[in-house]
Amino acid sequence: MGVNPAPSTPVLDRLRDQVLMSAASGTALRIRGGDTKSWYGNPVAGQVLDTREYAGVVAYDPAELVITACCGTPLAEIESTVAECGQMLPFEPPHFGPDATLGGCVVAGLAGPRRAYAGAIRDFVLGVTVMNGRGEIMRFGGQVMKNVAGYDVARLMAGSLGTLGLVLEVSLRLLPVAVTTRSLRFVMDENQAIETLNHWAGKAIPMSASAWHEGELMLRLSGSHAGVEAAVAQLGGDFVADDTAQAYWHALREHTHAFFTSQTQDEYGAALWRVAVPPTTPALALEGAQWLEWGGGQRWWRTHEPATEIRRIADLAGGHATLFRHAVDAEEGVCAFSSLPGPMATLQRRLKAVFDPSGIFNPHRIDPRC
Amino acid sequence: MLESGKHDGTPTTASGQLKERLIEALRAAVPACQLLTSDESLAPYETDALPVYRQLPLVVALPVDASQVQGVLRVCRRLGVPVVPRGGGTSLSGGATPMPNSLVLSLARLNQIINIDPLARTATVQPGVRNIRISEAAAPFDLCYAPDPSSQIACTIGGNVAENAGGLHCLKYGLTVHNIQRVRALSMDGEMLEFGSLAPDMPGLDLLALLIGSEGMFAVVTEITVRLIPKPAMARLVLASFDDVETAGDAVAAIIGEGIIPAGLEMMDKAAIAAVESFVHAGYDLEAAAILLCEADGNREEVAEEVARICTVLQQHDVRDVRVSANEAERLKWWSGRKNALPAAGRLAPDYFCMDGSIPRRAIGKLLKRIQGMEDVYGLQCLNVFHAGDGNLHPLILFDGNDPEQFHRAEDFGADILERCVELGGTITGEHGVGIEKLDSMCVQFTPAERDTFLAIKRAFDPAGLLNADKGIPTHARCAEYGHMHVSGGRLPFPGIERF
Repeated sequence: MGVNPAPSTPVLDRLRDQVLMSAASGTALRIRGGDTKSWYGNPVAGQVLDTREYAGVVAYDPAELVITACCGTPLAEIESTVAECGQMLPFEPPHFGPDATLGGCVVAGLAGPRRAYAGAIRDFVLGVTVMNGRGEIMRFGGQVMKNVAGYDVARLMAGSLGTLGLVLEVSLRLLPVAVTTRSLRFVMDENQAIETLNHWAGKAIPMSASAWHEGELMLRLSGSHAGVEAAVAQLGGDFVADDTAQAYWHALREHTHAFFTSQTQDEYGAALWRVAVPPTTPALALEGAQWLEWGGGQRWWRTHEPATEIRRIADLAGGHATLFRHAVDAEEGVCAFSSLPGPMATLQRRLKAVFDPSGIFNPHRIDPRC
Repeated sequence: MLESGKHDGTPTTASGQLKERLIEALRAAVPACQLLTSDESLAPYETDALPVYRQLPLVVALPVDASQVQGVLRVCRRLGVPVVPRGGGTSLSGGATPMPNSLVLSLARLNQIINIDPLARTATVQPGVRNIRISEAAAPFDLCYAPDPSSQIACTIGGNVAENAGGLHCLKYGLTVHNIQRVRALSMDGEMLEFGSLAPDMPGLDLLALLIGSEGMFAVVTEITVRLIPKPAMARLVLASFDDVETAGDAVAAIIGEGIIPAGLEMMDKAAIAAVESFVHAGYDLEAAAILLCEADGNREEVAEEVARICTVLQQHDVRDVRVSANEAERLKWWSGRKNALPAAGRLAPDYFCMDGSIPRRAIGKLLKRIQGMEDVYGLQCLNVFHAGDGNLHPLILFDGNDPEQFHRAEDFGADILERCVELGGTITGEHGVGIEKLDSMCVQFTPAERDTFLAIKRAFDPAGLLNADKGIPTHARCAEYGHMHVSGGRLPFPGIERF
């Protein structure tokens, strides 16, 4: 039994043929949408599987707070569609280029400034349609808020970097855009900023973004008019003009600020590391330049320190470190992600094999060993 | 569906021998006083909050820490004895029903709150801690744990993780999966695994999301770090009544469509209103076809602004009557009706099934009307309470379990409702889990390839298939049998029902 008809269109048939041929010949596939994040994770050698033909919004009813769309749909199109109805993708995803697609956004699992206060992509994934390594098209989850039928395979796809299969369709939960948004600026040192942000997060303050860089703490408040005004009165700080604030949060989300883009020979030309730690972790003992966000949970570092030292410090704090962008003079053979403890790594390999028995989907992208 | 419901109190010789070997081996893992072995002491564990399914286990183990849990698991793994983890025993889907010849692993004595970190807004607790105790312990810091299932005074956080429990406030504050940061758990092999992290976005696949809601089939949870949120300064409840269930359903969609995310948005139909009014006298409108309970929380200014917006939307949707709680006593009185819906149903009939379908919000009114039609077809009464904001329904089907024919009619009624939910683009369970109750309905919702994937994921965690293995996912043989029975001779049961 089972009522889900397997969708069949010429595009899907072509994608299935490519998957089945690769599985038969053992050829690796490199799943690619708008090619905006191919530098993220470990490098993948393989035949390109282009998702962009499988595009379009499948269903969107603003009263349901859910959008369902195909993987190749431009992320910008999704955002403008829901914005017309006063809604948004709550995790504020980075695009890293004009051609970013929905599928790439979901499997990359990256989120923007709102992440610390609204949640990650996985928190908003309600359902997926996915093609496994046998060319079978399967649906997990759905378009409803609450769903515990079967294991939560839909959320597993968020951040899976295309290693489990080809994510064809995704249903995402949306949220209404806040009635009022204001940004405030404070002058304080790093440890003071970390302490203050964690303290505020325990109060009923409608924060939607926070960042600290070079002695300056930026805070964004979003919510009801009354709630935001009450918080402004309570916190003080300098009011930042709306267009200046928008440019600031956009440059941080998209890494277009010189901190992220500079290629000079000083520390700004060093590798870009994403160090994720428990938000209350005090200032990290690293040399270089830093931009901290997510209430202290995410710390961008441009540093020449060796990978082993960065990972040792992240590990000590109970976190992990990702080599986000390589330096001009990159260290050889550094894995993109912190490695997992043995039993967990074994489990991850077994799960990949459930979906991708021939090991054809984005091999090595997460784990150089599989 | 009934085979696991048979009593099996007298062990066969083979299971008697297995029981003796098991008890002998367990002595090295836990003190004898932490093992229950006699039929009288095992009896309370033969069922959970779905007492139509009963099965005596061989042994109940009551470990007090993770190393004892590990010892018990290793013994069972070696002897090939199935293990059924159990928290508060409040599962409404039979999730903690013992398997034949199994050991029930009660986590009730791992009941310590290890640490509350007010600055990081986390609580680290053992799995046997009751849900409500976390919020009580966090209250001095003006923090709370958001997911609040109706059984929160009895259910444990370990069980909440297993079921991805929801509650009355998950529309705004999320389900269990949105409020857990890290879980430590033992595999069936006794290996300690850590899922998630106190830092955001662990590398690799997000196995924490996969573990939550896995119905205790992947690993035995021994420690949980939950996220705490600031306790809202205040809340006010809007009580609205309607002459028609579809109008009430439309009002729910309109509130959400207006960009309002209330802290709670609940709906009850006329039969449910009548049942709870005679039980707790909550002050509901007995003439109404449906009522909505819509809560706004936050600081005083925010609440006033949101209540005004909610009332405006309601006035535009043919509301009979709108009232706003004047004080905390009134707010709690109005909530008491909704929170007592299940015990109120229990007063009307010897037994009831609490169904748990989930549908897109726009279909609420439509489904309610269909359920009313099914009441005549099956000759049974059904009360309807909903987490309307989430599209999660709890139809309560009243029956007398002593009458086997009525029991079967009630089961068919329930399965029929769930199939309509799937047809409407919804799901057979929003928050109660599949357990053993909804195994047949899983055959309707998922294709063989999808069920194969679930079974393979289960094997990746538990290759020996010993951990609560008869729950959650039906075997292909079971689905084949169900499909055959369901459409035998090309005839559907109750052909008079309109399908949609």
